[in-house]
Amino acid sequence: MSDILVVAEHAAGSLKKGTLHVIDFARQAAAKLGGGFDLVVVGPQAAAVAAQAGGYGAGKVYTVEGPAFEQYTAPAYAHAIAEVAAHAGAKVIAGASSSLGKDCLPRVAVKLGAGMASDVVGIGSGNGLTYLRPMWAGNVVGEVEITTAIHVLTVRTAEFDTVEASGGASPVEAVASTFDQATLKQRVVEFRPTVSARPDLSEAAFVVAGGRGVKSKENFSLINDLADALGAAVGATRAAVDAEFIENDYQIGQTGKIIAPDLYIGLGISGAIQHLAGMKASKVIVAVNKDEEAPIFTVADYGLVADLFKVAPELTEKLRKLKSQ
Amino acid sequence: MKIMVTAKRVTDPDARIRLKSDLSGIDSEGVEYKLNPFCENAIEEALRLKAKHDGEIVAVSIGGAEATTEMRRALAMGCDRGILVDGADDALDADLVARTIAKLYEKEQPDLIIFGKQAVDGDSNQAAQLCAEYLGLGQATFAAHPNGSAGMTGGEPGLAVADGKVTAMREVDGGVEVVEVAMPAVVSADLRLNEPRLPTLPNIMKAKRKPLEQLSMADLGVDVALKVKTIAFSNPPERKAGVRVADVDELLNKLVNEAKVL
Ligand SMILES: Cc1cc2nc3c(=O)[nH]c(=O)nc-3n(C[C@H](O)[C@H](O)[C@H](O)COP(=O)(O)OP(=O)(O)OC[C@H]3O[C@@H](n4cnc5c(N)ncnc54)[C@H](O)[C@@H]3O)c2cc1C
Repeated sequence: MSDILVVAEHAAGSLKKGTLHVIDFARQAAAKLGGGFDLVVVGPQAAAVAAQAGGYGAGKVYTVEGPAFEQYTAPAYAHAIAEVAAHAGAKVIAGASSSLGKDCLPRVAVKLGAGMASDVVGIGSGNGLTYLRPMWAGNVVGEVEITTAIHVLTVRTAEFDTVEASGGASPVEAVASTFDQATLKQRVVEFRPTVSARPDLSEAAFVVAGGRGVKSKENFSLINDLADALGAAVGATRAAVDAEFIENDYQIGQTGKIIAPDLYIGLGISGAIQHLAGMKASKVIVAVNKDEEAPIFTVADYGLVADLFKVAPELTEKLRKLKSQ
Repeated sequence: MKIMVTAKRVTDPDARIRLKSDLSGIDSEGVEYKLNPFCENAIEEALRLKAKHDGEIVAVSIGGAEATTEMRRALAMGCDRGILVDGADDALDADLVARTIAKLYEKEQPDLIIFGKQAVDGDSNQAAQLCAEYLGLGQATFAAHPNGSAGMTGGEPGLAVADGKVTAMREVDGGVEVVEVAMPAVVSADLRLNEPRLPTLPNIMKAKRKPLEQLSMADLGVDVALKVKTIAFSNPPERKAGVRVADVDELLNKLVNEAKVL
């Protein structure tokens, strides 16, 4: 029994990288509480995922499988997670600030009578376990205290490191859920995946992002080419997504992905606060904008006031050369 | 069909919010307040559903007397009536909001509650999900039109109601999920769900006469104890502007030799 239960996410039988960042958070919180952490894996191939997840130092890995969990739905998964949390005696239940975490964990909080903090970016420095979280699009950091005995959290993965496997294999316990599928009032009709061969935006070391300044879907190939020359993931602003230059999955910002790559290159992006909220934590920021007053230059390490239609092809070409040297 | 929608008062989403120098809270000097953008999407979608299916739209909000302004805007957009429950932002958490709206649900018995998916001040993105669980209802969070606003004029809507079910397109990691939820149901609206209308002048005038009920938490019998308290504020790490480079060659040189990222 550990104090902290990490909700593992997985796809096609593999643990998602985001979970490794939540484990980093769990290790920090466990160090403060003086205990360890457990993992819970719900859904198809949970046993296979548990075998992978067992190498990261969890006290135990709980699995829940069954027909009701083949396809994710918030009510079913919340039921299973809350059940495991109660069974494990967890005081803190933490998952990623992913769409699954945001959708499902509030329901877990209600089931456990727990208070919940979203988008945790750090642990407070005082004696008790308090959490730091961004508010007002990241312009303010709030420190929150959860007054209930059990805490439920989503954790911003970009703010925590990914952990390396520590070796060993945690014991696995399959938990039979009492969830009654007949009570489920919703079903997934269809999933339309975003298909991309490029690195995952949330995890990539390099990101090339395009904004409204790119002007059209066709022109967005300039951003894609530059990304490919760098081996980077592609990202975009809300304006670029709204204009259908690229799918919603690539939006960076307050309502999109929160990223912290080693290098972010933004082209034709003004730097609205909601966009900055998603990329300000990047290690090196490069901005290319023809307007020297663009707010993105206030956070850019290297600013280039120029026409992106000239810069993008030139940079792509020179990067290719550099790489082939 | 009866739809309940949220209409929260928030700080202007485009304002660069700063803390007071003593860090006791945000400096609201010169900051304007607006209707939460996500609530505008919720309201717009409710109006579109009403245009198709008839019925009534009740806008609900929790706030001080000043939140009447945003409530009137919701009414001016086309909501039929409003309920404003008295409560100050610093005496609320998402859980209390959800429990209050759950009480309003019991009072009003709508077929659908559409929340804004988050409020641009607290950014918690919890109230809809908490409320759905309190009420034992299904949920479709982050409802959006998959094709962005340009595609909104044609094709499938982000939300559709038929045969006692609501079908929603959800923006999730890795793509778009289409989910079907039996009504009554809870939905949370994302920004790409629709393009909210601007209230017209005649509708602004009409809104002044629409019913606006004022209630207290005590009227609703809600326990006002908080599960989550914000006990301190701090400034995020400040990022300084770097240097300007003259051209691509200088940029590459800096990335290789100075930043050493390439
Ligand atoms: C509640 C809320 C949430 C939001 N969430 C997000 C979010 O998560 N992510 C997000 O990105 N936005 C978000 N937004 C939108 C945000 O406010 C901005 O509207 C958006 O980020 C602007 O995108 P942009 O920089 O691409 O477009 P613009 O602001 O229009 O900027 C385009 C830039 O391109 C430059 N440009 C044009 N042509 C060229 C050229 N040839 N060469 C070089 N530069 C050129 C222009 O100088 C300009 O600076 C949100 C807004 C709200 C209200």
